[in-house]
Amino acid sequence: MGSSARSCDRLSDARNNVSLLKGLPAERATARLLVITIVVLIVMSLLNPGRFFTYRNFTSMCFQFPELGIFSLAIMLSLITGGIDLSIISIGNLVGIIAALILTRATAADPSAAVLAMYIVAAISAAFATSIVCGWVNGILISRFAITPILATLGTMQLFMGISLVITRGHAIADYPKAAQALGNATLAGIPVPLLVFLLLACIVQGMLSRTRLGLHMCLMGTNPVAARFSGLDIRRLLVRTYLLTAVSSGVAGLVVISRTNSAKADYGSSYLLQAVFVAILGGVNPRGGFGSAWGVLLAVLSLQFLSSGLNMLQLNETIGPYINNFAKEFTWGVLLLLMMVVNYYCDRSRTE
Amino acid sequence: MLHRYEFYLAGVLVLLASVIAVLNPTFLSLSNLFDLCKSSTVLGIFALGVLIVLLSGGIDISFTAIAAFSMYVTSKVLLAANPSGSIVTAFLIAGCLGLLLGLFNAFFISCYRLPTLIVTLGSASVFRGFLLGFVGTKIVTSLPVSMVDFSKRSLFSTTLPGGETIGLSASFLLLIAATVAVWALLRYTMLGKGIYTLGGNPEAAARAGFNITHLQFFIYGLVGFLSGVAGLIHACLMRNANPFDLVGTELTVIAAVVLGGASITGGRGTVLGTILGVFLLVTISNSLILLGVPSYWQKVLIGSVIVISTGITARREWGALHGVVTG
Repeated sequence: MGSSARSCDRLSDARNNVSLLKGLPAERATARLLVITIVVLIVMSLLNPGRFFTYRNFTSMCFQFPELGIFSLAIMLSLITGGIDLSIISIGNLVGIIAALILTRATAADPSAAVLAMYIVAAISAAFATSIVCGWVNGILISRFAITPILATLGTMQLFMGISLVITRGHAIADYPKAAQALGNATLAGIPVPLLVFLLLACIVQGMLSRTRLGLHMCLMGTNPVAARFSGLDIRRLLVRTYLLTAVSSGVAGLVVISRTNSAKADYGSSYLLQAVFVAILGGVNPRGGFGSAWGVLLAVLSLQFLSSGLNMLQLNETIGPYINNFAKEFTWGVLLLLMMVVNYYCDRSRTE
Repeated sequence: MLHRYEFYLAGVLVLLASVIAVLNPTFLSLSNLFDLCKSSTVLGIFALGVLIVLLSGGIDISFTAIAAFSMYVTSKVLLAANPSGSIVTAFLIAGCLGLLLGLFNAFFISCYRLPTLIVTLGSASVFRGFLLGFVGTKIVTSLPVSMVDFSKRSLFSTTLPGGETIGLSASFLLLIAATVAVWALLRYTMLGKGIYTLGGNPEAAARAGFNITHLQFFIYGLVGFLSGVAGLIHACLMRNANPFDLVGTELTVIAAVVLGGASITGGRGTVLGTILGVFLLVTISNSLILLGVPSYWQKVLIGSVIVISTGITARREWGALHGVVTG
C-alpha cells in the first residue's frame, strides 16, 4: 500500500511540474541557456561599444549562423531517437554539388526568365531527390541491417563524400545564375533569407516534435527503445523516417551553403559536423535520446554566434586583442560545453534530492 | 577457428594483397612493405587505444587532439630546455602529457557520469584550442637531435641493386611492443577482464566488485598515454612537429577498429582483429596509387568497406542473439 501511495505522489508531482512547464530537464536547460545567451549578448555589447550592438553587425551575423543552425537541427533529429547522423555534412555537400551541376548549366546557357525558373526548380528537385536517397540509405542500413547509427553513418559519411569527390574530382563547381544566389544572399523585408529558411525549418521541426505522432514516437523511442518496441511502434519505419528527415534538412543546409558561397565543394565545412553536435547538446538535446527542442538549438547557435563575433571584434582591442584568435574561440567553446554539462548535472541532482 | 571473424578478416587481407600483387608486383617489394609497416605504426597505436575504449562501452574522439598536443608541446619543451635530451625523455614527456589529458577526460566521464562521446568532443576542442590558441601555430621544423636520430634508425636494412638503402623503421618496434602489452593486459589481467565486463554490462561489473571509477580513470589515462606516444612517433617520422596534424583522422582510426570486429556498444573485440583492421585499411589506402586508381576514389572505397564490414558484424551479432549460426 505504502509504495503505491508513494508512486501516486510521484505521479502527481510529475503532473504539477509539467503543468508549470518547469519539470522537464530539457526545458530547464533551455531556460538556463536563454540566460547565458542574454549574458553573452550584454557582455559582448559592453566590451565592444558602438560596434557589436549595431544593425550592421546583426545583419552580418544573421547571414553567418543559419547554415550551422540548420545542420544542428538535422543532427538533433537523429540524436532525439538515441542515434546520431555523422553524414550530415557529406549529404549537404553532395546535394549542393548535384544542384550546382544543374545551375552551372543554366549559367552557361544564359536562358530567359521562364527557362531559368525551370532550371532552378529542376535543381531543387534534384537536391531533394538526392537527400532522400542518402537518408534512405542511412535508414535502411540502420533499421534493416541493424548497424549502430554511429557506424553506419561513419561509413556513409565517407561514401557520400567519396561520391562528391568522384563527381567533382576535387574541384569546386562555381558560378550560378544571380537568381540562384538569392537563397543565401538576399534579404526579404530587411531580413536575410538564410535566417528565414532557418526559422521556417525550426518551426516545422518544433511543430513536428511537439504536435505530431511521428515526433512523439521519435521522442518515445529515444527515451526507451525497448518500451517503444513493446508498445507496438514500427521501429524500422520510424528509423527510416528519422534519417530521411535528417538528410532532407541537411540538404536544405547544403543548398543555402552553395547559394551563399556561389560554389560547391566536396569537402566544404567539415568542421561543421562537430560544431553541429556541439550546438545540439548545448541546446539541451539529450545525447542519450528522448529530449530536444528547436528553440534550444536556436538559442545555442545564437549564443555561439554572439560569442564568436564578439571575440572577433575584441581582436581589435589593444589590451586583450593579441590573445584572441580562432583557436582561442575553439577553446572557449569546448570549455563552455563541458561547463554546461556540469551545471546541468548539479542542477538536475539538486532537484531530485 | 572457421567461426572466428579474424580468420575471415585475415583471408580478405591475403586475398586483397594477392590481387594487388598480381596487378602490380611492386606491391611485394621490400620497400613497399616497409612503407606499409611505417604507415601502420601511428594508426596502429591509436587503434589499440580506441579498442580499449570501445571494449569498455565508451568512445573517444579526443585522442588525436591529445596526440597533437603531446607531440608539439614535447618538441617545444625539449628544444627549449634540453635540445640534446634522449629519445627516452621525449617519449616520457609525451606519454605523461597524454596521460594527464586522458585523466582530464576520465574526470568528466567518471565523476559526472557524462556520455563519453560528448565529453571527448568538448575536450578535443579544449585541447586543440589551447594548443593552437595559446601554445603556438608555427611548425617546428628542426626537431631535437635525438628525435631525428630515432626517425633514421632502422631495425634491419638492405641495399637495393640501385644503391638505395632501405630499412624497417625502428618505430615499428613500438607498435609491436604496444600490441603485446595491450594483448597481455586484456588477456591476463584483472583490469582487462574489468574492461570487457564494463563494456558488456556496467551494472554487472559494479556488482562483481569492479570499481568503475578506477577502471575509467585507468582506461582514459592509458588511451591518453598511448596517444601521446603515437603523436611523438608521428612527429619523428614526419621530421617536424605540425600542431595542425593528426586531428581529423580520429574517425578513420575508429573505422579501422570497427573493421577489426570490435563492437561499438562494448564488450566485444580483439587485439588481433584490430591490428588486421589497421593493416587492411592501410593496404587499401596505400595501394590505390599502385593500382592506378585515381585518388578521388579512395573515400568511396573506404566508405564501402566500412559499410559492408559493419553490416556483416551487425548481422553476425544479430544472428548470435537469435541463435542463428552465421559465418
